[in-house]
Amino acid sequence: MAFTFAAFCYMLALLLTAALIFFAIWHIIAFDELKTDYKNPIDQCNTLNPTVDRVKKIKRVRLALKLVLPEYLIHVFFCVMFLCAAEWLTLGLNMPLLAYHVWRYMSRPVMSGPGLYDPTTIMNADILAYCQKEGWCKLAFYLLSFFYYLYGMIYVLVSS
Amino acid sequence: PLICKFPLTAPSFDFASDRRCTSGDSSSTTTGSASPVPNSYESLEGGSYSGTSLQSPPAGVPAKLAPPFGYNYPTMHPAYQQNPAPKPDPSPSHGGYNPPGYQPYSQVLTLLSSALGGLGGVSELEAETLRPVNLLQERNILPPKRAPPPEPNLSNDLRKVNCSPDTFRCTLTNIPQTQALLNKARLPLGLLLHPFRDLTQLPVITSNTIVRCRSCRTYINPFVSFLDQRRWKCNLCYRVNDVPDEFMYNPVTRSYGEPHKRPEVQNSTVEFIASSDYMLRPPQPALYLFLLDVSHNAVESGYLNVFCQSLLDNLEKLPGDTRTHIGFVTFDSTVHFYNLQEGLSQPQMLVVSDIDDVFIPTHDSLLVNLKESKELVKDLLNALPGMFTHTRETQSALGPALQAAYKLMSPTGGRVSVFQTQLPTLGAGLLQSREDPNLRSSTKNVQHLGPATDFYKKLALDCSGQQIGVDLFLLSSQYSDLASLACVSKYSAGSVFYYPSFHHIHNTAQRQKFQKDLQRYLTRKIGFEAVMRIRCTKGLSIHTFHGNFFVRSTDLLSLANVNPDSGFAVQMSIEESLADTSLACFQAALLYTSSKGKRRIRVHTLCLPVVSQLSEVFAGADIQAISCLLANMAIDRSISSSLSDARDALVNAVVDCLTAYRANGSNIQPSGLIAPAALRLFPLYVLALLKQKALRTGTSTRLDERVFSMCELKSQPLQQIMHMVHPDLYRIDNMTEQAALHLNDSVIPQPPLLQLTAEKLTREGAFLMDCGSVMYLWVGKCCNETFIRDVLGFPNYASLPSNMTEIPELQTTYSERTRAFISWLYDFMLTLTLMQLFFSRDDASTKTSFFQHLVEDRTESAFSYYEFLLHVQQQMSK
Repeated sequence: MAFTFAAFCYMLALLLTAALIFFAIWHIIAFDELKTDYKNPIDQCNTLNPTVDRVKKIKRVRLALKLVLPEYLIHVFFCVMFLCAAEWLTLGLNMPLLAYHVWRYMSRPVMSGPGLYDPTTIMNADILAYCQKEGWCKLAFYLLSFFYYLYGMIYVLVSS
Repeated sequence: PLICKFPLTAPSFDFASDRRCTSGDSSSTTTGSASPVPNSYESLEGGSYSGTSLQSPPAGVPAKLAPPFGYNYPTMHPAYQQNPAPKPDPSPSHGGYNPPGYQPYSQVLTLLSSALGGLGGVSELEAETLRPVNLLQERNILPPKRAPPPEPNLSNDLRKVNCSPDTFRCTLTNIPQTQALLNKARLPLGLLLHPFRDLTQLPVITSNTIVRCRSCRTYINPFVSFLDQRRWKCNLCYRVNDVPDEFMYNPVTRSYGEPHKRPEVQNSTVEFIASSDYMLRPPQPALYLFLLDVSHNAVESGYLNVFCQSLLDNLEKLPGDTRTHIGFVTFDSTVHFYNLQEGLSQPQMLVVSDIDDVFIPTHDSLLVNLKESKELVKDLLNALPGMFTHTRETQSALGPALQAAYKLMSPTGGRVSVFQTQLPTLGAGLLQSREDPNLRSSTKNVQHLGPATDFYKKLALDCSGQQIGVDLFLLSSQYSDLASLACVSKYSAGSVFYYPSFHHIHNTAQRQKFQKDLQRYLTRKIGFEAVMRIRCTKGLSIHTFHGNFFVRSTDLLSLANVNPDSGFAVQMSIEESLADTSLACFQAALLYTSSKGKRRIRVHTLCLPVVSQLSEVFAGADIQAISCLLANMAIDRSISSSLSDARDALVNAVVDCLTAYRANGSNIQPSGLIAPAALRLFPLYVLALLKQKALRTGTSTRLDERVFSMCELKSQPLQQIMHMVHPDLYRIDNMTEQAALHLNDSVIPQPPLLQLTAEKLTREGAFLMDCGSVMYLWVGKCCNETFIRDVLGFPNYASLPSNMTEIPELQTTYSERTRAFISWLYDFMLTLTLMQLFFSRDDASTKTSFFQHLVEDRTESAFSYYEFLLHVQQQMSK
């Protein structure tokens, strides 16, 4: 039993995936808040007087939407790590998500700054539903990969 | 196989159908190439053509049609006449618009209609709208008059108080019970709104408490039910609410204890004067800022004279009160501000040349009280056109000027009117030319329909946040990237005006249009710092909004400015079954600050029946509303995906809907293309949409004009769109008093609507085409001299000038009758319409614009109506 680079990669990925799970949950909550906004009658009577609560919520949503880029970077980062560690299977499992991230970022609306979401179209029901679905799929993916990395780490530690 | 469809509603995007979608591109290319076309309009002038005959096709029409259809054009007429039905049954229900020569009504079809189910108990009205029509045989499909919108099938009491269809319309006047039923009908469900329309009659209510549902905040409306004297049940969320004491007293009848007689409960359109609960800050004053391009190009076009004159004329009529403020900023490669402080002897110009970091030179005197500084403002307007006559500055720093305007206005909010004549070339937001003129008529994909930069969008969002609305007037002869520029108005709830090749002398038609638009623009009502919320019965939800605004939340639109000429469209979906209710209601509430500084809420409520049968859904289809909503969806699609996708989706909307209808009455297999009477104009309107500048391919269309047409389709109210898409054509040289309307003391003749085909034009007649924002008069070569003399005021055809834009006021009955008819058409539109007159021998540009509206005719690259029907039929049989 030896502590190899591959084992280190898995440990790091394990920690980062935990962070990604957290991001994904945040993402889902943010879009849910956007969607169900109007169903909250207390907010509704105060559309013109944004309450402290509402401002807080807006900030929360904004932050969640800003977390997209870090998420992508983290994912790219441990993909590169796995590449260096020559963990081909793990890398292969992550490729589809990597490709999806690249595609998603390439096809984002015209924007001068970084970011993915366009405030003028985000309220469109199709896009909202898509983003929510995306969040759930990612959450599932990250959860599965979390356990996979755990397994991978132990396997690498034991076999070497 | 790629299927291009609109996801009519979110959960139902259906990939299941395996019908292949023929790309609109390929089909239009083939038809295009098959015709070494002599334009059929030319033949009209050639004189060999006697327009009224149904038998002879226009001389110039190509004899052969493109391969995919296998039909030859000349067979069209026999095909119209052939009668596949074994037993012709000339039914009286055809009304007057079916010439006796045609007997398309058949036993088979009547059988079909009875097979449609549920017909036993339906009303006569519904039976009529469900009457199957074989489109391939029904030649005169247009009703003799512009058809009124379908009446919802409600009890008389409800119908009487329901919202006017001019303000609030639903694509399906019978709301399907479930999403599944809606999917089966393959029709879009949505609303078309014209919330701030100029109204002649509007109950205004001042009361301390505005009665609203405690749970969903719906305003009390005619469709709520009173359980007893003290309680009412909300018609949207079904919560039972208390009636407040104040509401028990009726100010109209001055009686107590009759809450159901209050004006709120008697009218579906009311306006409340809002209390301070509805204010975030004290209501803002009316504030107008004019941002004027004064570069060489702008001076050359001469718009400044027109603008300044127009503003001078209308200075008194600007909506506002004693607090009204006004300001001016001009820009070329630098930004110029004008100090109009009361007490100055003349306006002071301040130049800011640092356009990378533009700042406001002085804070309090750039926006001045109009009343106090009126003389200075007048001085400035008189001097302005002369100030830049010798400018050599060709650059335009629109972006920095807009930033300056934003900084200037942000403390209060208001309206910024931008006049731009070229591509912005300096500072933030500069744009490059993206149009390749060689691709103007390409049938391949049209690119650059979206913005090149998000500068204008971001700025618009900032403006929207500070309650600043930006209206854009683009008066340029070259490409100016309207796709990018228009964003500044789109998201700040402004409006866009475009005058291609504007010149104050060389292009009188554009100048007059600009003048009339300005006149209307400056004097029309305006609402500031507005929000609009749309609520609907529990179970229905809003899917997408269309129009100019920023969506703040799923059902809330933020409108920095609201004007009476803008319309909105809303796509809806059915999330929960509506089975336990028989009525569905929609309420649009517009909260705004009037130009007099009053906070007001305008509430419209629409009530519609809920149905469970597919045939009833078809019976209640409002084809005009459907077409408008589809147009909006198509434009979104062409920007997000591609133009050819959007075109395919439009065609598929017709194909799907007619297939669904056929499948519904499937026990008989009729030949031909069957549509319910309520939807018989569907293919025609979709064809007309495909021939709009916004969506056409193959015909040379400048990118800016295309984008402008898209902006118009998205932001105009329904009536305006319908006139634009499918104008009304009348023959006006032989109007009689038969069937005339008698309004007040004037007689308004009612000539029948003509189909939009060159066949209907004769050289002996004079034809008026009403396109909403413009009217064309086409005078045939052999038009009778009395008409030309008595109505147009010229001795004969040869002496008619080429640029007439008004019908002269002559004291003959002939002229009076004609003018009465035209002004009656005007009244319908409420906005000022420009009359464009032109004659068949005239310059090409107006002639083309007249003939491009004849949507039923075939063009080099697009189907004729009959070909389109065959195309639809072919798609259906796949």
